[in-house]
Amino acid sequence: MIFEEVFFYILAAGAIVSALLVITRRNPINSVIYLVLNFFFLAALYLTLKAQFIAIIQILVYAGAIMVLFMFVIMLLNLGDEKQLRDRVTWKQMVAIGLSLAFVMQVIYIVGFGEIDGMDTISAKAAEIGTVEYIGKELFSHYVLPIEAISVLIVLAVVGAIVLAKRKLD
Amino acid sequence: MVPLNFYLSLSAMLFTIGVVGVLTRRNAIIVFMSIELMLNSVNLTLVAFSSFLGDATGQMLVFFVITIAAAEAAIGLAIIIALFRNKQTVNIDEINLLKW
Repeated sequence: MIFEEVFFYILAAGAIVSALLVITRRNPINSVIYLVLNFFFLAALYLTLKAQFIAIIQILVYAGAIMVLFMFVIMLLNLGDEKQLRDRVTWKQMVAIGLSLAFVMQVIYIVGFGEIDGMDTISAKAAEIGTVEYIGKELFSHYVLPIEAISVLIVLAVVGAIVLAKRKLD
Repeated sequence: MVPLNFYLSLSAMLFTIGVVGVLTRRNAIIVFMSIELMLNSVNLTLVAFSSFLGDATGQMLVFFVITIAAAEAAIGLAIIIALFRNKQTVNIDEINLLKW
């Protein structure tokens, strides 16, 4: 169906342009806003892949919680008017950009062309896999140990963030 | 129907944009945001493979990656606050305490 391809191209172009704006804006606040925009485009791409739960989590956790944290820190440190932080382009950065471009060319040459066997359409099971019900069942049956481990990690992160950001340890 | 190749190519481009951001920017917070971009591009690859193969493992991994990213953002931003308190800057060229 031609509609799906047009939709994909629009979303992909939006994601790439917003990602480029993230790494080129001087003001970090603008970067955060464009990063949120990028996350919304990615969430829409997840919906085209029939991964509803991941799309919602992307918006709630990434665009909602994590980006608010970034915004909060930038405003706390008052970095908005940091003009002396000049990002001058040195030859090292030119080499880095050149190597990155070579890398992306190679990857696209490898994966971007031709058909991968049996991978021309989304699997019929995809819509079922993406639901909250299926993912919840998987998480609490096959992935019980990882999810417990990750909850311990989250607690550690909370404690670590408090310890690191505290003015002085008593 | 959009084939898998397109998703993988888009993911590679987004990852490279993140790499360029990490390598060229000097503001620690923007470097951090570029790392988030890279994590997201990998998530896109995982979800694409998960949908095309009809296997839930990729989406489980994305779930855990998002959790790790949240923990990483909390810790990383706390480190940036601590650095800013000590050095009054977020320019990563001036933060060279561990450089010998």
